[in-house]
Amino acid sequence: MAKIFLHSDLNNFFASVECLYDPSLRDKPVAVCGNPEARHGIVLAKNMLAKKKGVKTGEALWQAKEKCRDIVFVKPHYDRYLKFSELAQEIYKEYTDLIYPYGIDEAWLDVTSSTGLFGSGEKMANEIRERIKYELGITVSVGVSYNKVFAKLGSDMKKPDATTVITKENFMKKVWPLPVSDLLFVGSSTKRKLNLYSIKTIGDLATCDTKLLLSLLGKNGIMLQNFANGHEYADDVPHLQEPPIRSIGNSTTTPRDLITDDDVRIVLYVLCESVAGRMRDHDFACRTVQIYIRNKDLRSCLRQGPLDFPTQNSYMLFDKAFSLYKQHHNGDPIRSIGVRACNLFVQSHVQLSFYPDVAQNERRYQLECAIDKIRNRFGRNILTRGVMLTQRKLSSFDPTSNTFGGKVSTHEG
Amino acid sequence: MKVKKVFVEVIAKFDPDGVVTPLAIIWEDGRRFEIDRVLDMRRAASLKAGGIGIRYTCRIRNKETYLYYEGPNWFVEQVIS
Repeated sequence: MAKIFLHSDLNNFFASVECLYDPSLRDKPVAVCGNPEARHGIVLAKNMLAKKKGVKTGEALWQAKEKCRDIVFVKPHYDRYLKFSELAQEIYKEYTDLIYPYGIDEAWLDVTSSTGLFGSGEKMANEIRERIKYELGITVSVGVSYNKVFAKLGSDMKKPDATTVITKENFMKKVWPLPVSDLLFVGSSTKRKLNLYSIKTIGDLATCDTKLLLSLLGKNGIMLQNFANGHEYADDVPHLQEPPIRSIGNSTTTPRDLITDDDVRIVLYVLCESVAGRMRDHDFACRTVQIYIRNKDLRSCLRQGPLDFPTQNSYMLFDKAFSLYKQHHNGDPIRSIGVRACNLFVQSHVQLSFYPDVAQNERRYQLECAIDKIRNRFGRNILTRGVMLTQRKLSSFDPTSNTFGGKVSTHEG
Repeated sequence: MKVKKVFVEVIAKFDPDGVVTPLAIIWEDGRRFEIDRVLDMRRAASLKAGGIGIRYTCRIRNKETYLYYEGPNWFVEQVIS
C-alpha cells in the first residue's frame, strides 16, 4: 500500500499571528523584527504584502525600510507562536498520531492509516486547512504526496491557503520543471555546484549521470537524485522517529561589542551555565566544547576542542570555551558569541577516580545541582557570580529566552 | 464597521466534568447581562477583534452575540462605529 504524507506549512507564521491579534495591520506590509536597541534589529518574518515588495527574512531593518517605505515593524511574541503551534498540532492529532514536526510552523503527517476514517489525503488536507483558518485565524499550505520530500515541495508550490497533490503519475510534470534549489536539502552551496554542471531543474538532477553526482556531492548526491525521482528511504528525511539530541548550544548577540577578555568572560559564563544546566536536565555529559564567534564585521568562525574528561559542569565548559577563544580569536570586537556542548552521552554511571581533577569535578557537579535547585525555586538571578555584577548590561540577558537575545539550540539527528 | 476587543468579567458555571458555561457578562460600567442561552460552543478565531479561543454563541436579550474564552480571559467583539 502506497504511503500518504501531508506536509503542513503555516503561511508567514509569525507575521500572520501578529496580524490576527492586530486587525489594523492586515492591509499593511508587516515585518516581525527583533529589538534594534539590543542589536537584534533584523526581519524575523514578514507578511505577503511585505514579501511582494521584496522584503526578505534576515535583512536589517533599514534594508527592509528602503524596499518598502510604509512597512510596519512589530515586536515578536514567542509565547503566542508556541501556543498557535501547539493548537495546530492538536488539530493534526485528530487525523493521525504520526506527526513529525519540522520547526515551529511545519509538520509532516503520515496519514496512510487514516484514509478509512477521513477519506483521501487531499480531503484531509482541505479539512485541516479549513479548520486552521476557522479555529486559529491563520492560513496553511498543505502538500499531499506519497513521500515526504514531494509533500514538502507541494506545500511550497502554492501559497497561501492551498492544497497541492503530487502523485506518482504527475510528479514528472509538476516537480521536474522546478529549480533544483526547491528540493529539500539543496542549499546555496549545493545549488552552485549543480548549476556549474548545468543541472538547473529537479528533472535535470533526476536524469543526470549518477557517477557525476557521486563525484560532485558524495553519497548525498545519490540521496538527492533519489528524492528527485520520488524514491525516499526512512533514514534520508529527518524526524521519522524522535531523533536523539546530538548537541546543546546557546548563543547571543550582545547589546554592545565585546572588546576585553573580561567582557567575553562574563558572557561566556552566562552561556556556559545555561548549556550545563540543560545538559544536567537531560542527564547528558559532553566530551567536546565548541565556540562560535562573530566579529563586528559579521565574519564568523567555529572552533572546537576535546575535554580532558567528560563533564556537565559550567566551570569546565567555561575553561575550555575561554581557552578556545584565547587560542583562536584575533582580538577584533565581537558581536555574537556562542557555546555548544558536543559529543554528548547519557551519564547514568560514572567511573570513580582518585585523580584530584575528577574528584573536584564531582564536587562542582554537586554544587551546580544545588544552585539549579535554588534558581528553579527563586529565579535565575537569585544566585550569580560576582563578575556578572561588574557589567550588568552584558550579563543581564536571559540565555534561555529568545525574547531578550538568547538563542537556544538543540541539534538533533 | 469597526470592532474592538473588550475584555469582560464573566460569571460562569464549572461542571464536575469540566464543561464551562457562561451565565452572565458584567460590562465595564457594571451593568450585568444575563446569558439566556448558549447556542453553540466551538474553538474559533475572532478575525474582527483579533484573538482566538473557545467561542460561545450566546443569546442575550433576544440578540445573538459571541463571547470568547481566551484562557484565562474572556472577551467580546464591541462594535464601535
